Amino acid sequence: MTSATSRSESNAGPTPQPASPSQLGARPKPGPPAGTPVRVTGAQSLVRSLEAVGAEVVFGIPGGTILPAYDPLLDSTKVRHVLVRHEQGAGHAATGYAQATGKVGVCMATSGPGATNLVTPLADANMDSVPLVAITGQQSRALIGTDAFQEADICGITLPITKHNFLVTDPAEIPRVVAEAFHLASTGRPGPVLVDIPKDVLQEMTSFSWPPEMRLPGYRPTLRPHGKQVREAARLISQSRRPVLYVGGGVVKARAAAQLRELAELSGIPVVTTLMARGVFPDSHSQHLGMPGMHGSVAAVAAMQRADLLIALGARFDDRVTGQLTTFAPDATVVHADIDPAEISKNRKADVPIVGDCAEIITELIAAVRESERSGPPDLAAWWTQVDSWRDTFPAGYEWPPDGALSPQYVIERIGELAGPDAIYTAGVGQHQMWAAQFIRYENPNTWINSGGLGTMGFAVPAAMGAQFGFPDRQVWAIDGDGCFQMTNQELATCAIEGAPIKVAVINNGNLGMVRQWQNLFYAERYSNTDLGTHKHRIPDFTLLAEALGCAGLRCETKDEVDDVIQRAMAINDRPVVIDFVVGKDAQVWPMVAAGTSNDEIMAARGIRPLFDDDEVSEVSQ
Amino acid sequence: MTNHTLSVLVENVPGVLARVSGLFSRRGFNIESLAVGPTENPEVSRMTIVVAVEELPLEQVTKQLNKLVNVIKIVELDPEVSVQRELLLVKVRADATVRSQVLETVHLFRAKVVDVSPEALTIEATGTGDKIGALLRMLEPYGVRELVQSGMVAVGRGARSITATSSR
Repeated sequence: MTSATSRSESNAGPTPQPASPSQLGARPKPGPPAGTPVRVTGAQSLVRSLEAVGAEVVFGIPGGTILPAYDPLLDSTKVRHVLVRHEQGAGHAATGYAQATGKVGVCMATSGPGATNLVTPLADANMDSVPLVAITGQQSRALIGTDAFQEADICGITLPITKHNFLVTDPAEIPRVVAEAFHLASTGRPGPVLVDIPKDVLQEMTSFSWPPEMRLPGYRPTLRPHGKQVREAARLISQSRRPVLYVGGGVVKARAAAQLRELAELSGIPVVTTLMARGVFPDSHSQHLGMPGMHGSVAAVAAMQRADLLIALGARFDDRVTGQLTTFAPDATVVHADIDPAEISKNRKADVPIVGDCAEIITELIAAVRESERSGPPDLAAWWTQVDSWRDTFPAGYEWPPDGALSPQYVIERIGELAGPDAIYTAGVGQHQMWAAQFIRYENPNTWINSGGLGTMGFAVPAAMGAQFGFPDRQVWAIDGDGCFQMTNQELATCAIEGAPIKVAVINNGNLGMVRQWQNLFYAERYSNTDLGTHKHRIPDFTLLAEALGCAGLRCETKDEVDDVIQRAMAINDRPVVIDFVVGKDAQVWPMVAAGTSNDEIMAARGIRPLFDDDEVSEVSQ
Repeated sequence: MTNHTLSVLVENVPGVLARVSGLFSRRGFNIESLAVGPTENPEVSRMTIVVAVEELPLEQVTKQLNKLVNVIKIVELDPEVSVQRELLLVKVRADATVRSQVLETVHLFRAKVVDVSPEALTIEATGTGDKIGALLRMLEPYGVRELVQSGMVAVGRGARSITATSSR
């Protein structure tokens, strides 16, 4: 156990020095040397631990049981607390912050309803492997289990949706638990960690010293890949004729965009980036085929279906990527590299499993590929001819609504064009999310933030707020739908008051668009409960709502106004901006693989099914 | 589906049983038998879990278990090279007319009588699931009034041991 503990410590990176009291108090006096215990309350110990671990921003709302922690928070000069309007907003803001910066996002809530309001963002972060630490108040120890006021067993509730959670029963444990929570959240496969602290534990006197000794005997993430497996992968690459690099969010988390590019250019292999990986490989790169999956590009989907080798890097063969699993990439040998061994062979059997950090794996793979290519790189010319023909025949595109309404795809495309690749984009969930993934051209990692795994509507506004706190000087655009926007727009008040001038583009089609699309395609155009009335009744009026929340409210209804209104929004930096883009309700997301069907059934557009000619494929394989 | 015996070393902390059992139900696996107890190290508990599952899903459940922060080590125990035992306490109707027959069965199975009353005997037996099952079949005709059975515990044969500190 000793060796495991010391290993965990060495993985934690540079340990921040504890805050000396002189930096915190009004009157400077010499503080005790680092590591010397000082007498504090549990609450003070918590705030000092957050400072020591490097937390800069905490999103939260106080309440009965977490109140003791908010008192020393008032004095902290290192930790900024952002008072949100709903705990769900706190959780998604912490996620937006984490996804934009790569640092651990922190949120805080009181017991009972405060804590249960964090459930959705925790589940969201768990699905998308987001490093998050949630700190919740809990009823005093003596009251736990008595159904006391605002008591909820949040550790029990969040057991299946966190990487780990803690109930702190002794104030002396606070520094160790906080250090462990941040370590767990940010290392290995990142994920959310919840720390539940009873009120009397926060109030009790204890001693604080930093750094604490972490005790995680069962936690030993594998970072270095197995050399033999890497060499085997390189051998397969050198022998393949139709390879595809299938790149997932793990490469973003591993900060391995540069390594990925080197590997791709060295090997000449086509690249697809999943919804969670958009931006990690430049969209402008000639080897990029776009996004795979249910609404992926025809070229990306077809290339995977016809591949003889899939090199999956930090991806998890999600059902939205594979379609019907039994017919997914039937001819492909699979190299699967991931930091989480449980992902390997979970859905698709891996022929060459590689467990490790993607940055290290790709670096070693580059060396191994270079070695194996001494005898000449594989000839992928025929494969590229095939891939390019898919690309040329079925480029990303859309049609203008015949009724003359504004095209939502055009709006999103123009935002991407005018705001550029240095802006950060977040999205809610639905049609607008897919269009934002398809029609904005991403060039940099961590510039596309969305809810991929859980599919959480209402994610965009709070996530944009979090991203803006991570990068106050960058432009942050929330691409939202009118349905999503009505779930979490109250955080615009937070943005207005706390100084987060995000831009919100409400792609307002008056409907729950993606559900309506499925009703159109699969439920005989019977539109049950998808009309939100935002067109018919203009309730709410999004520009007035924006004004009421302290934002600038703009509206755009025609193509001619689009560029002008986007530029006007970009010129406003003293408050958030909401643009009500009134778009047609009949636009649909294409291409599409219907749920549960084979990726071979991809429709490029309604009624247009690319015919994958098997003769062509067999020519390539010769 | 075949039964697999997993010996799982976990941190002796509150909630660890809920984490492990919750993982099985969440991932759609059924626990056939579960036994938890302390080990030679007071900070470590050992769970013996019997799960009916095929080889491939077993690999997945083992990997998911390994991800639990409180789980230190998992070893699958092959019944061929391990000692596997269950404990049975059974209360059998046995008045003076049949008591000697019941006692004969108890002796045949090398079980013990731990309580006696004019109408009933309470019998303690340990052994493999097969042996316990055979004993119960022999006792059933007399009338089983109550029975309680432990989960299976198991340990590998030979000098090698599974501890928290030894290599995985």
